[in-house]
Amino acid sequence: MLTQVMRPVPTDVGVRMADARLPRPFSQGLEFNAPVHGTWNIVHTGMLVPEAHQVYVCAENCVRGVVMTAAEMGELDRFSLVALDEKNLVAGDLERFTIDGVADVLAKLDELPPVVLLFLVCVHRFTGCDVAYVMRTLRGRFPGVDFVECWMDPIRQKEHLTPEQELRASMYDPLRPCPHQERVVDVLGSDFALDDTADLLGLARDAGCEVRQVQGCATYADYQHLAEAQLMVCTYPTARHGIEALAGRLGADLLYLPGSFSYDEIAHGIDALADGLEMAHPDCTDLRAAADDALDQAREALAGLPVAIDQNVHPRPLGLARLLLEHGFDVRWAFLDAVRPDETDDAAWLVEHAPDLMLYPMVQARMRTRPRGGEGDVLAIGQWAAWALDTPHFVDMVEGGGLWGFDGIRHLARLMVEAVATEKDTKALVQRKGLGCASCL
Amino acid sequence: MRQTQRIEPVYTGDVSGAASALFELGGMVVLHDPSGCNSTYNTFDETRWYDQDSLVFLSGLKESDALMGNDRRLVDDVVAAARDLAPRFVALVASPIPYLVGSDLDALAATIGRECGVPCFALPTNGMHDYVRGAGAAFAEVARRFVDDARPQPRHLNILGATPLDLMADGALGSIRAWVEGAGWQVTSCWAMGDTLDGLGRAAQGSVNLVVSATGMAAAKVLRERFGTPWVAGTPVPGFADGLARALDAAERTGECSAPCGSRRADAPAATAVVVGEPVAMGSVAVALAGRLGRPFRLVCPLEADNALLGAGDVLARGEEEVARELEGADLIVADPLWKLVAPPAARFLSVPHLAFSGRVYRGEAIDLAHLMEGGSL
Repeated sequence: MLTQVMRPVPTDVGVRMADARLPRPFSQGLEFNAPVHGTWNIVHTGMLVPEAHQVYVCAENCVRGVVMTAAEMGELDRFSLVALDEKNLVAGDLERFTIDGVADVLAKLDELPPVVLLFLVCVHRFTGCDVAYVMRTLRGRFPGVDFVECWMDPIRQKEHLTPEQELRASMYDPLRPCPHQERVVDVLGSDFALDDTADLLGLARDAGCEVRQVQGCATYADYQHLAEAQLMVCTYPTARHGIEALAGRLGADLLYLPGSFSYDEIAHGIDALADGLEMAHPDCTDLRAAADDALDQAREALAGLPVAIDQNVHPRPLGLARLLLEHGFDVRWAFLDAVRPDETDDAAWLVEHAPDLMLYPMVQARMRTRPRGGEGDVLAIGQWAAWALDTPHFVDMVEGGGLWGFDGIRHLARLMVEAVATEKDTKALVQRKGLGCASCL
Repeated sequence: MRQTQRIEPVYTGDVSGAASALFELGGMVVLHDPSGCNSTYNTFDETRWYDQDSLVFLSGLKESDALMGNDRRLVDDVVAAARDLAPRFVALVASPIPYLVGSDLDALAATIGRECGVPCFALPTNGMHDYVRGAGAAFAEVARRFVDDARPQPRHLNILGATPLDLMADGALGSIRAWVEGAGWQVTSCWAMGDTLDGLGRAAQGSVNLVVSATGMAAAKVLRERFGTPWVAGTPVPGFADGLARALDAAERTGECSAPCGSRRADAPAATAVVVGEPVAMGSVAVALAGRLGRPFRLVCPLEADNALLGAGDVLARGEEEVARELEGADLIVADPLWKLVAPPAARFLSVPHLAFSGRVYRGEAIDLAHLMEGGSL
């Protein structure tokens, strides 16, 4: 139980869907961070680059979070750091310090890695560090190493790209242009490999294509083969900027097919891929019916149990709410800080058809003292919702979980049924970082 | 190069240290930072976050506000939250960018305090130091601001420097309290676990301050200066606890401060048995082991700790490179298990996990130092 040391918050935090000021239903202010850590950070994502060694040049307090992420993954041997102090900020030699620090790290390694993800930080921006000089010098000094300019500069994330968006671009910078291979398709963008049964993969296989994903690359050499794809499919919104840049640089065709819960959008995505593969549009009638069947079975299993959804479980939480409401589920709560532009239509639908759906923020300070639980039995879809409603019945998934299309809906429906039938140790599970990554916890 | 870490993590930073020190006191701690500080703190450095309610928040500093000097947003956000949540105090804790752009946190604290009517202060953090400095600064500020004058009571003491960062094992603080009471003392206040701001405010009633980690030293010095209270540094490890009890008695009797955790044999500077870590706890372990094993021990302290806590042969060593150098030639090492990564392979290594270093990685193996010698492993 939560031990309360403050006075209770006088008013509730939530707002009805019909009353919400969209796209930002909640005022901004001091930010709260819940003890829910299943989403990936830049260390987890960077580890997807095979054989990469990550180096952070950063102040002690800031680097603690990333180095401990590596420690909990059991990957400290792929992680090094250079700790900044006050002198480095005022001495005007941040370029030299960064170069010398990285060189010192590399000299201490048993062997040079093929690729170094060099993470620079807010202070490099604020001191006007000549990053091009830093990178040029390191590349000249270590010609056998691919140095990738990466950023951990969250001070820019509200007005520019987030570090997660930047990394999903820079992590593909080492891919070198090469002749395209026909019938090779890259599926990129998500931290999670697409489910093997996902509609996209099935279609590509039917077209005789080889599908490559970064999660399937065992070595840095394998990783380089990603550059051979004639067609690149980006499935995750946070990566759109990066994969568009990659495809443009390598001259590959690009499809942006984010995960969705709209049958029509999924079907359009499948058709777009079919066009890209020069196939006839497949008939999705059976796929739609199978998704309907799976949802019907889940609804029966839930037997009226109310449902909560959070923004961390999928980039389209409102689309998911709409899908479930359209199929007769009792969706009562959604936890999110803002409505993404690609959910505008779903938000409008919910205002009209689910005006009493309660929205709650995830970072607003009042969430610290909002009592958890007390809502009776609930099925949460997502760790954050499970924590907020203090339920052991939840779908343990983040960031879309590698689900896509009608197959993804079927899969999610199965996960909901499992979650109803089985209690999970919410406290233990949601506090682990990087769901799906190795963890010592 | 001193500042590079090939494979070791860094210790908990000053920002997290300050938040940890103030966690249970009913105040609101605002980490003035864009993002990440709060997540780092509550993920790796704060074992109470899931079950205990505390108002630790992030300011969410934006680039444009930092560049343009727009501190008004911080003031408004803090004042709004303080009015809403009614904390006992507000503490501003700064990260590197406010330090770099020269934000005047003291002036902002004064403005916030004036506007919301809640005591507000800034702590001298910048994200570039370790938790000892951050927690120490927080405890010291509490000692300056919130402790009322009072007559010292005989056989009453305060425990200073108690946070999960140094007392990660379940029951560790309970063991210290039980030992204190068993030695004939009453605990006036405990800084700052299991106590309140009002409880800490009565600290002047203590006739001695027992410093159980280096984070308590700065407050001990403030209380010494304000009330003349002597401090004694040490933690009751079996084999050392009797000496610590005698030191407490002597402190009350003479009014003199002492650091028995730094008591070393004359031949300690040449010792090949080494303890690594926080100087009060691990220094106490060193004394106990020296007595038990009949050989000299010395301490390697990778933290920004007060020199007064060190003994003959002990060293402050910053970073992986310096610690590794100090461990060369050691044949017995007692330290957090992550230090094994740079320890001589042939050395016997005894693990004492430390939350402020290895975080949650070895939390399940945490050791209550009050029971360190049990089981025969040492």
